[in-house]
Amino acid sequence: MLKKISFTVNGKALSLEIDIRESLLEVLRTRLGFTGVKKGCGVGECGACTVLIDGTPIDSCIYLAVWAEGKSITTIEGVASKDGELSKVQQAFVEEGAIQCGFCTPGLVLTTTALAESGKEYTREELKRELSGHFCRCTGYNNILKAAEKSLKPEEHQCACGHHGEK
Amino acid sequence: MYNIKGYLDACTVSEAIELLAQNPNLRIIAGGTDVLIKMQHGQFQEAELLSIRTLESMADIKKLEDGTMIIGALATFSQIFNDPIIQAEIPALAEAAVSMGGPQIRNIATIGGNICNGATSADSASTLFALNASLRLESKTGARLVPIREFYLGPGKVDLKPGEILTEFRVAPEDYRGFGGHYIKFAARKAMDIATLGVSVMCKVAAKTLTEVRIGLGVAGPTPLRCVEAEEFAKGQEISKDTLAQIGKLAVKSTNARTSWRASKEYREHLVEELVQRALKTAIVRAGGEELA
Amino acid sequence: MAFSVVGKSVQRVDAVAKVTGKAKYTDDFYERDMLVGKILRSPYAHAKVKKIDVSKAKALPGVEAVLTYWDVPHLKFATAGHPYALDPSHRDKEDRFILTDKARFVGDAVAAVVATDELIAQQALQLIEVEYEVLEALTTPEKALGEGAPLIHEDCERNILAARGYHIGDVEASFAESDYVIEGEYETSIVQHCHLENHISYARQDSDGRIIIVSSTQIPHITRRIVAQALGLPWGRVRVLKPYIGGGFGNKQDVCVEPLNAAMTLAVGGRPVKLELSREECMIDTRTRHAFKFKMKTGVSKAGKLKGIQIEAISNTGAYASHGHSIAMSAGTKFRPLYAFESIKYDPVTVYTNLPAAGAMRGYGVPQIQFALESHIEDIVNKLGFDPIEFRRRNLAGVGYVDPLSKNKVYSNGLAECITKGKELIRWEEKQAGYSRQSGDRRRGLGLACFAYASGTHPVGLELSGARIVLNQDGSVQLQIGATEIGQGSDTVFAQMAAEVLGLPMDMVHVISTQDTDITPFDTGAYASRQTYIAGMAVKKAALEVKEKILNFVWGMTDIPAEMLDLKEQNVVYKHSGEVVLPLAEVAMHTYYDTVFAQPITSDTSNNARVNAMSFGVTFAEVEIDLKTGKIEVKEIFNVHDSGKIINPKLAEGQVHGGVSMGIGYALSEQMLFDEETGKPLNNNLLDYKLPTIMDTPDIGVAFVETEEPSGAFGVKSLGEPPAISPAPAIRNAVLAATGVKFNRLPMNPQRVFEKFKQAGLI
Repeated sequence: MLKKISFTVNGKALSLEIDIRESLLEVLRTRLGFTGVKKGCGVGECGACTVLIDGTPIDSCIYLAVWAEGKSITTIEGVASKDGELSKVQQAFVEEGAIQCGFCTPGLVLTTTALAESGKEYTREELKRELSGHFCRCTGYNNILKAAEKSLKPEEHQCACGHHGEK
Repeated sequence: MYNIKGYLDACTVSEAIELLAQNPNLRIIAGGTDVLIKMQHGQFQEAELLSIRTLESMADIKKLEDGTMIIGALATFSQIFNDPIIQAEIPALAEAAVSMGGPQIRNIATIGGNICNGATSADSASTLFALNASLRLESKTGARLVPIREFYLGPGKVDLKPGEILTEFRVAPEDYRGFGGHYIKFAARKAMDIATLGVSVMCKVAAKTLTEVRIGLGVAGPTPLRCVEAEEFAKGQEISKDTLAQIGKLAVKSTNARTSWRASKEYREHLVEELVQRALKTAIVRAGGEELA
Repeated sequence: MAFSVVGKSVQRVDAVAKVTGKAKYTDDFYERDMLVGKILRSPYAHAKVKKIDVSKAKALPGVEAVLTYWDVPHLKFATAGHPYALDPSHRDKEDRFILTDKARFVGDAVAAVVATDELIAQQALQLIEVEYEVLEALTTPEKALGEGAPLIHEDCERNILAARGYHIGDVEASFAESDYVIEGEYETSIVQHCHLENHISYARQDSDGRIIIVSSTQIPHITRRIVAQALGLPWGRVRVLKPYIGGGFGNKQDVCVEPLNAAMTLAVGGRPVKLELSREECMIDTRTRHAFKFKMKTGVSKAGKLKGIQIEAISNTGAYASHGHSIAMSAGTKFRPLYAFESIKYDPVTVYTNLPAAGAMRGYGVPQIQFALESHIEDIVNKLGFDPIEFRRRNLAGVGYVDPLSKNKVYSNGLAECITKGKELIRWEEKQAGYSRQSGDRRRGLGLACFAYASGTHPVGLELSGARIVLNQDGSVQLQIGATEIGQGSDTVFAQMAAEVLGLPMDMVHVISTQDTDITPFDTGAYASRQTYIAGMAVKKAALEVKEKILNFVWGMTDIPAEMLDLKEQNVVYKHSGEVVLPLAEVAMHTYYDTVFAQPITSDTSNNARVNAMSFGVTFAEVEIDLKTGKIEVKEIFNVHDSGKIINPKLAEGQVHGGVSMGIGYALSEQMLFDEETGKPLNNNLLDYKLPTIMDTPDIGVAFVETEEPSGAFGVKSLGEPPAISPAPAIRNAVLAATGVKFNRLPMNPQRVFEKFKQAGLI
């Protein structure tokens, strides 16, 4: 059974016929070519397939594609700026050595992006809790946590007077 | 690709009820974290799904004028955890909500689904038991309110009749006002796990006495349960280590735990005794009592 | 020696590709008309396929092929990712067919379908009718070794795959001379790698009929050989490509899906077929870590000197040999340079059982034996009243140790310094004093455990690594290696090595990350913590050759003798003064376009390493135990490593974090469970298999003692596997210190802890 849905992916409005049996993961990967969305378990246990739906982290493997109607979806391909400049979160992951095999990375970058964009402040323990839906077997999470903390730290900026300070 | 044969979207509760009445084979899907995973594991095939996920009226959390708390069946765990009313009035339910799965699951899984799948390990269940929550079930023939303790019929079996939809949970003011509560999830991991034991305790305190105690347990039997004998005993007891110890011991009497590869019966019983005391200790403080050394 | 790129925490070469989602993994090479392969798995742990009827499945629209044992070549093959041995007696046990007519574990592949989509394939599997003759399920080594037990493989008596061990010195004489002889028994569990990307490959035939396989593998060149062997094809008829892979940890040092995938494409006229395992399949039909049972008996002198040790080991290899007895032999070999035992008697037996096949996993037998040995040492120390740190220190074999069997000599050993550093980091003295008298429901304790490990497999296995460097027109280079990047960062450290030799910045070294057996230099792949050590030397050799060619070319251009020249910051300079002679880019242009002398500069070298460097390290752990619930929490943990020169500290730290995290899971929560009667897996998914989440992982302290290893490029030694070895025994020893209770069996999960505490009268 086919159904036509309209939604936005990484800022681009799309309209396409999808099979009602498809997960959002499948549509994003195989129909639209957003292969940065990774499949690690297919049952919501690992977090590798996380995308942002209206800004909220969701496991796209257990999200039917039909549900994307009217939604705005962000995949890892939509995080860096159009000219390829890495986002603050991506930059933090690179700098803190939070990347090894890279398979959990897109999901973790997206969840961290959602946390950064929420404007909320998180304690270390709360941050761990918010990242706990992502398994990583390579890094032991230590550098991922550092990257997330760095991502959420308010920008340091330099005033005209030359002082460093927090925004 | 899911083995789905048909898919319908209901726009209103009455439409959903109508569709259910027309086709009893329809399987209700909300967050999907239970239904889709079961399909992925091949537990049922060629499903005809009725999605109720867009029924916004069923996602509200609100307090009625008389103090009755309404939690829509479609409220997600994240929503419950972040809800200011829940955090202020029933923090134990917020604790239960945030202990479930991981953030991505909590962002989509609904409290209604958690209860309707009938699992004894449902993280929200022990607290809803302790709160004497009731469930509003709607069908073409009308609506009925069922106390949660009567809703569970057996492992994986609930009193959801063909054609019925669970629309909301109700907690009466006398069931949460003045209570202090605490939920402890005991599991192998701190996230992404199923409870080895779930303990939710609500209590009321006057002077140095326990005036009321309610103990809801998950995974201590084939369904979530209440520890009636321990609760009866607790009423009017002076708050002391000794009282807590006795409550812990009595709580075990209400359980019907079994040995599985996850944990032995003996260990679960030991945990019941210990964790009921720990949960109660915190609940007492939250109810305004003094902290036990 | 001062380096400009080596030793620096430069950014991973693949960091941007991975953080933007552009890095391509196997499943990202999606083809529109790709068919889907699925496997029919035995519901029985031990059963003969008596009859199999595929007619209904074949008739299902959308089904392109159905395969059974009777449709695939009957060529037994071995799956372990080892270099081929010319000597047949050194080869791995060949005990597999692509599909079997006898199921040996629940999940064994008895048939397969190829269909146009996943659901049709799934449906077709349900239509295959199989009649089994069910045999007794031998779910433990004891059952498998029992009198009258049925044979899992007909050619292995008593289900023993191998029982080869060794004797060094006379252990009985050592015991006779010892003041104490202490015994202990220890047991480890079956665990799984849980790399985030499951096993997956896709296969098709090219226009010449050659088989092309894209696979998530650590060992592309070996995969090519094994696929060819399994199908009876000339090896050159198979081409394997390895893109980025989502982790391996040894589980992809084995050929699990590729031969069947190749058979599938052959069955459908060469059309592309994807064979992807689900998580549930991946956890049973790839590989696991061998569970071991050890009996240890050690002689010790009054003065606290270890004399002799006798070790009996039973290794459970599951249904198929895979790496088989190599694991037990690795365990028995790698601990030897640690302590100076006068005599060792090692008697291992590797047993087949009706459980999933065990294979290579980070540490290759050593986490198992070190759990036993370091627990045993602690028990000795406790019994005899020695200090656990001093006792170990006093018994270290140290520099100059020559292994009596392998003849490997230890040229560098910083373990004593590692121990000193670890002790300081965890504030041992200060905390120990506070923990001497504890009461109450929460207890804290400190523990340590040491390890030794090798760099590669010499002299047991061939250690061959290829590297190719091409100087481009702009003065940059391309670096091709056969060694595989699996997340550990090898591409980056190879680039650093090439940059160092050639005086280039990192962005002028272009690493070709994908291995393609048609193109890539030969290398056996990522395992045995070998690549930085073995392939690193190949990269250095190739870079030196390119450098020599460049300097010689400049000699021709300028009449300045090559010996007077050097490469620095993208220039050819005078060695003595650093004065620039020519920009490298200008030289490079001449190598391509000088009408008389043009000759592009390349090197294509191989390193056949006949050396092996021992690396060492220690874990210090502090735990807190909730006596009433049986929960053990790691409060602090430090791993201090001697891995020689650290090429990239940030990446090295990441290796340690990951290994320690795996070690903590091994200690406290991870275990694959099977029904003892039926052999059915109970927890083959990520919900029920308890690998740690971020909330279960403490801060992991990392430190290095950098020694200078003369046999490694830039002084490097192994690091990939070692961090996973010593956390479990260190945690176990800390729990012992806190509670007085010996946990001799992994994992120390709350249920087990509860039982032991109850026994001990603690609760």
